[in-house]
Amino acid sequence: MIRVQSDPFDPARELASFCAGRSDVGGIAVFIGRVRAQDGGTRILAMTLEHYPGMTERKLEEIEAEARRRWPLHDCLVVHRYGRMQPGEPIVLVATAADHRRDAIEAMNFLIDWLKTRAPFWKLEETPEGARWVEARASDDAAAARWERAAAEPA
Amino acid sequence: MKIRYFAWLRQRTGVAEEEIALPEGVRTVGELARWLGERHPRFGEALAAPGVVRFAVNQEYVEADAPVGPEDEVAFFPPVTGG
Repeated sequence: MIRVQSDPFDPARELASFCAGRSDVGGIAVFIGRVRAQDGGTRILAMTLEHYPGMTERKLEEIEAEARRRWPLHDCLVVHRYGRMQPGEPIVLVATAADHRRDAIEAMNFLIDWLKTRAPFWKLEETPEGARWVEARASDDAAAARWERAAAEPA
Repeated sequence: MKIRYFAWLRQRTGVAEEEIALPEGVRTVGELARWLGERHPRFGEALAAPGVVRFAVNQEYVEADAPVGPEDEVAFFPPVTGG
């Protein structure tokens, strides 16, 4: 399931409802991405996430479908916020549920790696020196690319 | 056709979106970008650096040689930084 929203969310509550009634699931993996209060030596006062309404949801749904194709998941949840957030607030939550830990953890890793390089979101950081757009990292591209190699191998 | 700009490209053009008629002689998203660069010189400057401006046609990522038509929605944006 995919949710893109401006409202804050409570990761503990999301996880509780994700797990509720799932006695069939042996492993749940979760990632929570949050706004940091500093980047290197620079203080971050707030972060604004811009997105492409419509395309963002579509891309996230494609990424979820790909995860479900690659791993035997019972369920999968991606919640991603847009708009302005304070340090400490969650930006994104990715949760996966599978029979065993390995499938859950790998699928969760895959989802966040692909999301970072394929879902149309852009981060604007507010610092004491002014606002600046966050630049894409080559390390994120490399992290996403390792799943491209995995796709070339037989399942 | 509808043109959309995101992140700092939106700030450079000063508009989030605009409606235009498909310019004569424009067949690809790369040609359209160059045409729009004349209209918004600071957007044009960004196009000069390779890999900085990414494209989507009808909400799918494409390369510069992808065709564009009069009813398309075309978006321009920097590399994504979500998560």
